[in-house]
Amino acid sequence: MPVTPQARISPDAVAKVARLARLDVTAAEVDRLTNQLAGMLEHFADIDALDLAAVEPMTQPYPLVNVFRDDVVKPGLDRDEVLAVAPAAEDGRFRVPPIIGLEG
Amino acid sequence: MTELSNAVDIANAVRHGSVSAVAVLDEYLARIDARESSIHAFNLVTREQARAMAAKVDADVKAGRDPGPLAGVPIALKDNMCTRGVPTTCSSRILEGWKPPYDATVVTRLAEAGAVFVGKTNLDEFAMGSSTENSAFGVTYNPHDTTRVSGGSSGGSAAAVAAGFAAASLGSDTGGSIRQPAALCGVVGVKPTYGTVSRYGLVAFASSLDQIGPFTVDVRDAAVLLEAMSGHDPLDSTSIPQPALSVQGSLDRDVKGLRVGRITDLPGGSDPEVEARLAESFDALAAAGATVVNVELPSMKYGLTAYYLIAPAEASSNLARYDGVRYGLRVDAADTNAMYMATRAAGFGDEVKRRIMLGTYALSAGYYDAYYGKALKVRRLISDDFARAYQKADVILTPTSPIVAFPVGAKVDDPLSMYLCDVFTIPTNLAGHPAMSVPFGTGAHGLPVGVQVLAPTLGESVMFQVAAHLERVAPGGAK
Repeated sequence: MPVTPQARISPDAVAKVARLARLDVTAAEVDRLTNQLAGMLEHFADIDALDLAAVEPMTQPYPLVNVFRDDVVKPGLDRDEVLAVAPAAEDGRFRVPPIIGLEG
Repeated sequence: MTELSNAVDIANAVRHGSVSAVAVLDEYLARIDARESSIHAFNLVTREQARAMAAKVDADVKAGRDPGPLAGVPIALKDNMCTRGVPTTCSSRILEGWKPPYDATVVTRLAEAGAVFVGKTNLDEFAMGSSTENSAFGVTYNPHDTTRVSGGSSGGSAAAVAAGFAAASLGSDTGGSIRQPAALCGVVGVKPTYGTVSRYGLVAFASSLDQIGPFTVDVRDAAVLLEAMSGHDPLDSTSIPQPALSVQGSLDRDVKGLRVGRITDLPGGSDPEVEARLAESFDALAAAGATVVNVELPSMKYGLTAYYLIAPAEASSNLARYDGVRYGLRVDAADTNAMYMATRAAGFGDEVKRRIMLGTYALSAGYYDAYYGKALKVRRLISDDFARAYQKADVILTPTSPIVAFPVGAKVDDPLSMYLCDVFTIPTNLAGHPAMSVPFGTGAHGLPVGVQVLAPTLGESVMFQVAAHLERVAPGGAK
């Protein structure tokens, strides 16, 4: 069944994805992103016709597995230097706004 | 154009004491002063740090200590590589003013080799783009024609070398971000095998694709830089456990008998002049005794789709760390979730948001198999195509970019047309192979054209062997 570009992604889906991605978007941005993403997904439909059932997914280009460093104590980054470039810090820790939401 | 010196000559002169590193630096800083305002290659020129590094090199020479193979060579760093205490922005508002508490491994290694860092270069925000127009800090213009783009995403690093602001520079290449700007700016650009150059301290875009590599004025310089910065790094878990690459020995080797692959089903749409330069590069290698063989890469045409699903998917995950908690911008809000959403909305530019959205969508419940899962399978098809092709050919040649440098603004409103610039460079990243762009004559408007030499995993020696030959026979003569 033919699918029109606009049918590939709805404004509601775009708004939901923006929430998942933790991005505030305006109504105008939702409209623009819906059109742009729909156009891209339409282009990406070129792989829909490929028979990929027997193809193994490729997740990395070079077959290294289970790379661990030696289990020894090593100095990390300097705490004061790291906190000095943080947006807010207090008592040697990152300071953040309340985690329990006010919006429910 | 300014007459360009190469890194090897500078390092030799400095090591032998015939010129001081400080004097070399002054010449490059003078060129920056004269022309940077019309190019905008840099986000930051690190004048004082450069003077201190050059002075140390000179002190070493005076004391009889060898400062290293890159002694006194002015080098520019793409502004997505961490430099301790020096702002590293990724050309994004979200990291504006951030000073990393550590150096990237490539930065440490080049410094140990005697390099002098002149500055941090402009890029498309978080390396997402093909024109260096998606920077929060303005466009980088092409030194050959300042009404045109420098390519991207490492446009600042390419322009810095083309304009003579640095003898060499570093870029990162996720889908062509070193090779395409190298082609558009008429310099050499190398994307090495995935895992050969440490990415510790490179701000991550798409981790299964990203690789660091050099921009240089000639092929020998690229070999020297690659040797200085490659080799296993325990701080990068994707680093291949083997010593540094050794490629200089292959530069003067005869290409006679090599099998050079021509892709018979290469995606079309290139400028006629670009196609003509590619044909001439095959002729030149055949004239030198190489054999041109036909190879098929039937899945190459799906590379763009696979890439623009995989790279945004990985980016959406990598860029989750910019949440206003530990570094960079924070927009205050009543609770953490509102703070994350406001910070990211204010800090990221349009292209970055677009890719985060696309990637989040491709990974989201109900769409994972249809988009991301399928893209990973197409990636396998492309890799298998290359494996078959490399049974018949030692290297493969393509254009680097289908078109020469385009006017600033020509593609900004059409993201998909911008993505098509990467059609010849993307398959290499998907496969994890090395590839490099070598200047090879000119195209429309007299603008530079690059020919791309592709090789299989860890095939850097034969890749440099062919690239060095193409450089010697390039239209317009050797430098």
